Formats: sequence, C-alpha cells, structure tokens
Amino acid sequence: MAEIQIKNVAKKFGEYQALHDINLTIADQEFMVLLGASGCGKTTLLRIICGLETATTGEVWIGGRRVDHLAPKDRGIAMVFQNYAVFPHLTVFENIGFGLRMQKLPDDEVKKRVERVAGLMHIEMLLKRYSGELSGGQRQRVAVARALAMEPDVILMDEPLSNLDALLRMEMRAELKGVLAESKTTAVYVTHDQVEAMSMADRISVMHKGEIVQAATPIEVYRNPAAEFVASFIGNPPMNFLPAENAGDGKWTVAGNVVDGPRTGTNRPLQFAIRPEDMQPADQGLPAKVRIVEPLGAHLLVTCDVGGALFRAVLDSDMQVKPGEMLTLAPQPDRVRWFDPETTKAVA
Amino acid sequence: MTNVATDAPAAKDTRSAGRALYVAGVVLLCAWVLVPIYFLTINTLSSPETVNSFPKPFFPEFDLGSLTFFANFAGMLSALKNSVIVAAMTMVMSIAIGAPAGYALSRFDFRGKELFRLLILLTRAFPLPLLALPLAVMFIQTGLDDTTFGLALVHTTLALPFAVLITFSLFSGIPLELEEAAWTLGCTRFTAFTKVVLPLILPGITASAIFAFVISWNEVFAAAVLTIENRTLTAFLLQSLDTSPLHLKFAGGFILVVPALIFIFAVRKYLFAMWGIANR
Repeated sequence: MAEIQIKNVAKKFGEYQALHDINLTIADQEFMVLLGASGCGKTTLLRIICGLETATTGEVWIGGRRVDHLAPKDRGIAMVFQNYAVFPHLTVFENIGFGLRMQKLPDDEVKKRVERVAGLMHIEMLLKRYSGELSGGQRQRVAVARALAMEPDVILMDEPLSNLDALLRMEMRAELKGVLAESKTTAVYVTHDQVEAMSMADRISVMHKGEIVQAATPIEVYRNPAAEFVASFIGNPPMNFLPAENAGDGKWTVAGNVVDGPRTGTNRPLQFAIRPEDMQPADQGLPAKVRIVEPLGAHLLVTCDVGGALFRAVLDSDMQVKPGEMLTLAPQPDRVRWFDPETTKAVA
Repeated sequence: MTNVATDAPAAKDTRSAGRALYVAGVVLLCAWVLVPIYFLTINTLSSPETVNSFPKPFFPEFDLGSLTFFANFAGMLSALKNSVIVAAMTMVMSIAIGAPAGYALSRFDFRGKELFRLLILLTRAFPLPLLALPLAVMFIQTGLDDTTFGLALVHTTLALPFAVLITFSLFSGIPLELEEAAWTLGCTRFTAFTKVVLPLILPGITASAIFAFVISWNEVFAAAVLTIENRTLTAFLLQSLDTSPLHLKFAGGFILVVPALIFIFAVRKYLFAMWGIANR
C-alpha cells in the first residue's frame, strides 16, 4: 500500500515561487500524470516527492509515513530520469542490479530479479553490454528495468519518453502502461505531451504556473475542463472560445445566436466554449466564414472566422468545404461549456 | 582590404606567404623545445670523455659511463629518493585536498564561488621567493624545516590550484543525473561518489595526480631554501652545479627532464581540458 499525500507543499527558488500550496492525494497503484507546459513546476513537484529537492513548506507522505525529511533512498521510491542516467561504467546487468547490490542482496537473488525485469522490458540479450553500445530506446528500457528491479512502492518518471522518436514513443507508451499496471506500483509520471498523458493516466493533474488547476480522469479533464487553461491546453486542436452576452433568463447571445446557458446572478459576460469535433453543419447555428481547409484523412480540419474570432471545426472528410464559403455550425448542446472570463474558471 | 575578384593571384601569394610563416613558426617552436632535449640525450648517453670533447657526435654512442658516474656520486641517490618521496606525498595530498574542492565547485552553488575560483588561480601570483623567508622561519619554529614532509606541504600548495581546476572540470563532465540516480537507488552522497563518480573520473584523477607529481619533481626554489641535509634532486644539483663536472650536469638534467616529459605527455588531454574550463 503506497498512497502518496502531498500536503500544502510550496517551493521557492530564491524569489521565484515555483510551487504554490500544492495539495494532492495519489491513490495506491494509481497512475498519476503531472501534465503542464515547461516551467509549470511539474518536475519540481516530482523531485520533491523523490527527495532530490526539498519543499520550502509542506509535507510529503508515502504509504502513511511522512518522508519529506528522508533521503531519496529511504522513501521506497525509484525514479526514471529524462536522460536515462544509465551508468556508463557498468554493464546493463550491473546497472539493473545496482540498487539490489546496494541492498546487499545475495548474488542469486540479484540475478533472478535482474533477469525477470530484463525479460519484462525485452532486454535479456543486452545484459552484457555497456550503455555506450545501446540505442536511446534501449537505454530507456534499461532505466525502467533498473527502477522496476527495486520493486519500489512508488515509481517516479520524469519525461521518460521525451528523448525518443515518435514511433518508438508510441510503442514504449503502451508497453510502459502494461508493465506498470502489472507491477502494481503507484506511478507518478511527468510529461508535457497531452497525448501521452491522456493515453496512460488513471488521473491527470494539469499544472499551470506552480498550481494544480485540475486533477481528474483523462476523459473528465477533456470533457469538463475546470478552467480555460485546461480547455485550451488539452485537445488538439484546442477548444474554441466565443464571447457570450447575457440575454437574461438563462439565455446567452453568441455570435448573433441565442443559446441556452447557465443562470448567473449577475449580468457579466461569459465565454462560450465548444470542442472542434462537437459541431455539425446545420440550418441553424453559428455563422462561420471558412478560411483554411486541412484534410487529415479521417477528418477535415476547418479553420473559420466566427464573429471575428478564430474558430476551428473538425468535420467529416466527405464534406465539400472550400475557403471563402459560409458554413452554419450547430454546437452539440450537451457539449457546450461556459467559463467566467474574470476568474477563468468553469461555470456550471 | 584588396578586392578578391581582381587580385586573386596576389591573395594567393599572401596566403602562401602566411603559410610559410606559419610553418617556420612551428619549426622554430619545435626546435626551441627539442634541440636542448636532443643535446641532453646525446651527452647523457655518451662517455664522460666524449662529453668533454668537441665536436660532439651526431648520434648517441649509448655509453652508460656518465649515468654510472651520476649514480655513484655521493648523495645523488638519496637526493633522487627524496625527490620521489616529496613528489609522491605532494601527489597524494594535492588530490586529497583538491578533489573535494573541485567537487564542491562543480556541484554546489555558494556565495563567492566565482571569486573563489579566481583566488585559486591567484595563489599562483605570489612569487615563491617572497614567501620563502617567512616560510623558512615558520618551518624552523615548527620543526618542519629540512623534512620531506615540510617540503611536500609547500609543493602541495603549488600543485593545489591545478588539482582543483582539473578535478573541477572532470566533475563538471559527469551529469548530476547519474549521481541523483544513484541516490534514488540506495546510495548516500558518499557511496554515490565512490560507486559512480569515482570510477568515471579515475583516469582524470590519475592525470591530475601525475601533474602534481611533476610540479613537485621540477620545483627547485623552495627545495633549495627549505632543505639542507634532505635535499631533493633539483636542489642537490643546483647546490653542486659549480663543483660538478659537465657529464654529471647532463646526466642530472636528463634524469630530471625525462620523467616529467613522459608524464606530461601521457596526461596532456586532461591538461587541455583544464584550460578549456579555466577560460570559460
């Protein structure tokens, strides 16, 4: 059992506030992805959990034990680094067995465990090689195997796939997910790649400027973004936004159309938001002037102009659309979301 | 500047003239270093009679007479032994003190780090003669005078800046991630150092140690001032310079120069690395 609790963790580098009062609970055996643009504090948070960085304030608990004063080696964690950090002076076997040797396990036990994880990561044939003789993908496998061999309560990964080429990344993504699910460890995974996050995570914590904006399942984060940042960061192409004027009684005027929306107490305008794929051409809807048409095989990505704002729609590729034409796009009513432009938070 | 299109032949002349100058410069510099070594070798490997005669042979006659005379000269062998002992102690001490300093410089951020790096180099700015008298007085007071250990202390001071700078560049070449990985795999800062960093920088440390050895081996001033009975080879040769015959001087010079040359040649790669870092 290794639940991770992060309580009121904040981190300052000099005057720079890297993390603001982070609170997060990661359940036992959960695959948690910390997702955000570079500089959002996700790696700092991971390093604080790991013990390579100390929080300025706050507490870190792993498996019901407070660990923020402990050295990394005493926290029951293993880490996979972005640049793999495979020791160049040791063979693959000794790299994977490094942590086990530090625990002074007997030779046959080390051999057994190294061979088991090497099998899991499909690197049995590389055990006698040195890191200089390995490709990037192979080094990555060694780094993961080394972490797994420790049989840790928690495995921490800092952008482990970011140095691999696209094809290899896709392959490793699926493999990692399978191996980690099997190992029944709690995993914290840092990435800036939303596809990686969506495809691997049990839950995603979207981070922005040192804060966790939303921590929820991938579908929840995608469908019900808690804030404008999440809506525009996740999804490719991102969500569309249009200004909406309050027409009273739960009605809102969006680009000349009247749409059902939330009943707010005030008269303040809201942001109307819709995903590009949640629209259909129809007789009634938003008037859109087509600017660019990009056929993507299965779909057409149509960039248009709605009421002077940039607007993207993903339409069926059989549609005949040409730049300069006018389209009428009807948003799917249950997929429309609303945001308060002042707080940038979602409005129900 | 001349117009390249119209003055192409002239430019070519300039280029070949520049090239000739360059080659001449290289030849001159090589000669500057190699000719004395050549004469040293010829005279050392000749019999004492040949050394004192003229003209010299062009090839050494591989007569060990001069070297045998050198080895049998009273006090010479014990001076050689002292030189080796002092240089070995200097080597050990400058690495033992310099490597941790190099590690700290490359791994930690602290106030005055840049100033500290500058100060390390500045220790070389004090001329030794300036320090020799106070040092001699202090050594006599503490009983360190005329001991190999006392001299090794002074030589360590001389070698330390280089030891710090070389090891600093070595440690900087080891990614911090490797150490961090070791920490997460059950190492303390110390075991991570011994199990991961040390094996990786051992060749460089060896080079740095050899360089310290050579600095001590070649040093003459402090050795001459601070020792009387337990002279090192350099100090002993200096002392007996005007009383000794020509072939002894040549043999002594040869014995001094050759090990230093070989060592420096072996570790040249690391010395370049040091300057690369120092220029940053």
